[in-house]
Amino acid sequence: MPKVLIVAEHDGAKLNPSIAKCVACARGIAAAEITVVVCAADASAVASQAAQLAGVTRVLAIEHAAYTHQLSAVLAPQIVALAGPFTHVLGPSTTFGKDVMPRIAALLGTAQVSDIMAVESPTRFRRPIYAGNVILTVEVDADSKIVGTVRIASFEGVAGGGSAPIEKASLSAELPSHTRFISVSAAKSDRPDLQTAARVVSGGRALGSADAFKILYSLADKLGAAVGASRAAVDAGFAPNELQVGQTGKIIAPELYVAIGISGAIQHLTGIKDARTIVAINKDGEAPIFEVADIGLVGDLFQIVPELEKLL
Amino acid sequence: MKRILIGIKRVVDYNVRIRVKPDGSGVITDGVKMSINPFDEIALEEALRIKERGGAEEVVVATVGPADCQPQLRTALAMGADRALHVQADGIIEPLVAARALLKLVEREQPLLVILGKQAIDDDNSQTGQMLAALWNRPQATFASKVELIAGEGGQKARVTREVDAGLETIEVDLPAVITTDLRLNEPRYVKLPDIMKAKKKPLEALSLGALGVEQQQRLKLVRFEAPPQRQKGVRVKDAAELVDALKKKGLL
Repeated sequence: MPKVLIVAEHDGAKLNPSIAKCVACARGIAAAEITVVVCAADASAVASQAAQLAGVTRVLAIEHAAYTHQLSAVLAPQIVALAGPFTHVLGPSTTFGKDVMPRIAALLGTAQVSDIMAVESPTRFRRPIYAGNVILTVEVDADSKIVGTVRIASFEGVAGGGSAPIEKASLSAELPSHTRFISVSAAKSDRPDLQTAARVVSGGRALGSADAFKILYSLADKLGAAVGASRAAVDAGFAPNELQVGQTGKIIAPELYVAIGISGAIQHLTGIKDARTIVAINKDGEAPIFEVADIGLVGDLFQIVPELEKLL
Repeated sequence: MKRILIGIKRVVDYNVRIRVKPDGSGVITDGVKMSINPFDEIALEEALRIKERGGAEEVVVATVGPADCQPQLRTALAMGADRALHVQADGIIEPLVAARALLKLVEREQPLLVILGKQAIDDDNSQTGQMLAALWNRPQATFASKVELIAGEGGQKARVTREVDAGLETIEVDLPAVITTDLRLNEPRYVKLPDIMKAKKKPLEALSLGALGVEQQQRLKLVRFEAPPQRQKGVRVKDAAELVDALKKKGLL
């Protein structure tokens, strides 16, 4: 029987929504028993959230002060120490999972399947390559332990309402001290989280300045949307890096994606392929964004955005 | 000697429109422009800047791949790397195999720092740097947008700013360590013609996986390559009012 271990991403208080999606992916592995492991300084809140996810068999909680900042070099040896009985070790394809999972795979001496978008069998998976321009089906050696990251835009998170048992496990790995957390600068925002928002308003280079970019925030607030940005807008300093959508930023799947002043480079389109409805507003009617847009509007964004805001 | 080791990968140039072979066995690479993976160019640029600031004495560039990789190694030498190591291998090289080969080079070269791109734009795996750090039992600082070397008590350290989902995270790692680069770390220099001439005389050493004692295991069978489903072509509206109507019709407002 497949036994799946999911490495929980969290901020010490809240389980990251990507984990409900990892559980959904794991449930695609027939008859899998699903364990979520929470490594934290104080695991109680996060472990009880994980225990509520539908389909989770049990939650393992391991507490140590060194887990406060979720450093990969510190986490990986402990996950490896636990991995023995499991057939699969999964984490989200977020910057957390992308950082820690290959470290785990290498210590286990096994290959990793990155960005799993579909499970075809316990050993066969589909994943995007070449910025999503090709979908590759891979089959993992049957006798290998399988380590994978889950492309979270491809899965609906499982519902809550479960009540899996929480077991405390004790630390069984030596923790390195060669890596130290210094700081994190995260803008506090009351807007929905970009990665999981149902609606996203995103701006590109055509906004022209950080000041002008602000018109998107007020439109987003009207829509109850998160704000995103193209790489060009982030490179130009109009928006912070955590708003970047695309191959090297966040890959998202909102119900509604409104691309404003974004031309639609292939690397950007990679990040929005799974959006249910794409709206494009751009003054260049030939821009590639219109190739993928469900609704296109050619015109001056500085005129259209305020009009749109008034109509909402 | 204070040395920085850079790993590069030869990939289909990022401007090429990728096409899948009709039989689904791979993507078309015949007659297609190949380049250094853009993230790896950033890695090399960072190493060159560290050397130019006096933080390192030698920049060594390495790749694992077929004989065809030589032009990319020469380009790296023209950018300013001092010498190149070519671990020759044909066929599929999985990230774990690349990491094991790089570990052998690390043991030989004893670098202060290894810098790699955060992912290759062909298979988008984003694994090799983290795997090397794990096998080497050293720190990793992935997705770097700023790197600062600091001489401290008890040895050299690096302070690295990382682009993470929450924003910018800064960590400090003891050296030696592995750093992987994000796009905003720097803008790689252009290669000048005289440098291309000079690069022809720089040392390029050929090695093989076998000679390094690394087995070319393949754990993942590549079953099928397909083009993704295309999105349906949408509609055009003429103003904000029509847009709002269209969104209402779709039940989105």
